[in-house]
Amino acid sequence: MAEQTNITVENLSHTYMPPKGKPVLALDGITLSVKDKEFIALLGPSGCGKSTLLYLMGGFLDIQDGQIRVNETPVTEPSRDRGIVFQHFALFPWKTVIQNIRFGLDKMNLAKSERDERARYYIDLVQLHGFEDSFPSQLSGGMKQRAAIARTLAMDPAILLMDEPFGALDAQTRMFMQAELLAILEKTPKTVVFVTHDVHEAVLLADRVAVMSARPGKINEIADIELGGGPKDVKSPEFAEMVDHLWDGVRKEALAAGQGR
Amino acid sequence: MNIGLQRIHTFAVKYFPLVILIAIWELLPALGIVSPDILPSILAIAVALIDLFASGTILEHMRVSLFRAFTGLGLAMVFGITAGVTMAWFMPVRIVLNPLIQMFYPMPKSALIPVVIIWFGIGDASKIVLVFLGCMLPMVVGTFNGARGVDRETIWSARSMGTGDFEMIWRILLPSAMPEILNGARTALALCFALLVSAELLISRHGLGFLIGNYNEIGDNTRMFAVILIFALIGYGADRLYLLLRGRTLAWMG
Repeated sequence: MAEQTNITVENLSHTYMPPKGKPVLALDGITLSVKDKEFIALLGPSGCGKSTLLYLMGGFLDIQDGQIRVNETPVTEPSRDRGIVFQHFALFPWKTVIQNIRFGLDKMNLAKSERDERARYYIDLVQLHGFEDSFPSQLSGGMKQRAAIARTLAMDPAILLMDEPFGALDAQTRMFMQAELLAILEKTPKTVVFVTHDVHEAVLLADRVAVMSARPGKINEIADIELGGGPKDVKSPEFAEMVDHLWDGVRKEALAAGQGR
Repeated sequence: MNIGLQRIHTFAVKYFPLVILIAIWELLPALGIVSPDILPSILAIAVALIDLFASGTILEHMRVSLFRAFTGLGLAMVFGITAGVTMAWFMPVRIVLNPLIQMFYPMPKSALIPVVIIWFGIGDASKIVLVFLGCMLPMVVGTFNGARGVDRETIWSARSMGTGDFEMIWRILLPSAMPEILNGARTALALCFALLVSAELLISRHGLGFLIGNYNEIGDNTRMFAVILIFALIGYGADRLYLLLRGRTLAWMG
């Protein structure tokens, strides 16, 4: 896709209404712009509203106050341009891996040969060759997430929204998947918004990291992760410094939240 | 123990209680503890059963009963699943139907037998309506619970892939709800025979339930037990079939 894709969030606030009790202000005046093909991480303590922000960008929740625009068009509902990957995969358990990937693909206006080819391509890309006819219940956590990522990528969305996609995986699988995601994005560059509470993960993956405050969520800082260009060296002092710096910010917010606001 | 022996062993343990039951059943009249008029021997019942089939007496009644049961059950499934999934997806429908269901659910449906007789006569229609009403509720409740239990992330995923309302119901909610729908169907399956026999026993001119009552009245207890045995066999067969279909449908649960 040649055209540019950017996301603009302007003065966005969101109030969450729990089934019982008082309304909770989840997001308070968020302003953020995501550039074309940029990888931005939303980092913050749990409960800071970072997932809510992502769901609003996806069009899954109604926007109450403020605005989100994708290429100047206000977001009002979900769209195929904005693919999403969830922490718990959200695969369709009654469909096999290939049927999951074909679900969205088959609704696109493409020739059958093109759809077949794309399904095969993404199966190979996420290294699930040989598991096409397995049901999700027969796969490991890492394989499920790879299937979910393939399902979303197969639609070729301009924007990829990821909600703690590696949060449910063990440490070893997570590291492997992080490297794989970067390799995939190298081949098919996209504009990515990535929610995480893992500082190391944010620094490793993102071009910029938006650090959010404890509830009500605000953006405290947006850090440029420029570590001298080229691939990031996780063993470099600059990397460690950046992780330390951001970790300080997150810890302060987590403590503030813990002291019972 | 090798596998062959283990199989025989498992089989023996599984059917041991049944063997004990049959043994006691045979012994009680044979030892003169119970009169054979009250409890005919299994052998006599088996002979009567073969005779009922050979003479063809039973076939028409069986056809009538099975037609009533499965028509009622089939209609209940179609309407129940439709109502349940619509309630889960559209809030106005839920608001209207939920109180009705909560009121109607705990009511014993056999209490409606006189009502359906008055409204639909003593033929097929009243039995079908009764089975339909009784079986619809477990279908509605099972489908509703299953479809409500679909997590929002699954629905959002489908939405982001361009899934509309109708397709969401048909291709996402129904398959997600399938385990609960099938639980409801099993309850409905048991209920459909229970209601049918009650209604046929009470007032009817055809059907296996009528036949049980009829043999009871003329004092032919051996034949009465034979017909009861047919119900046991039909019920067992239906449940086996159900389990087979369930296993196929839910293969994905792993």
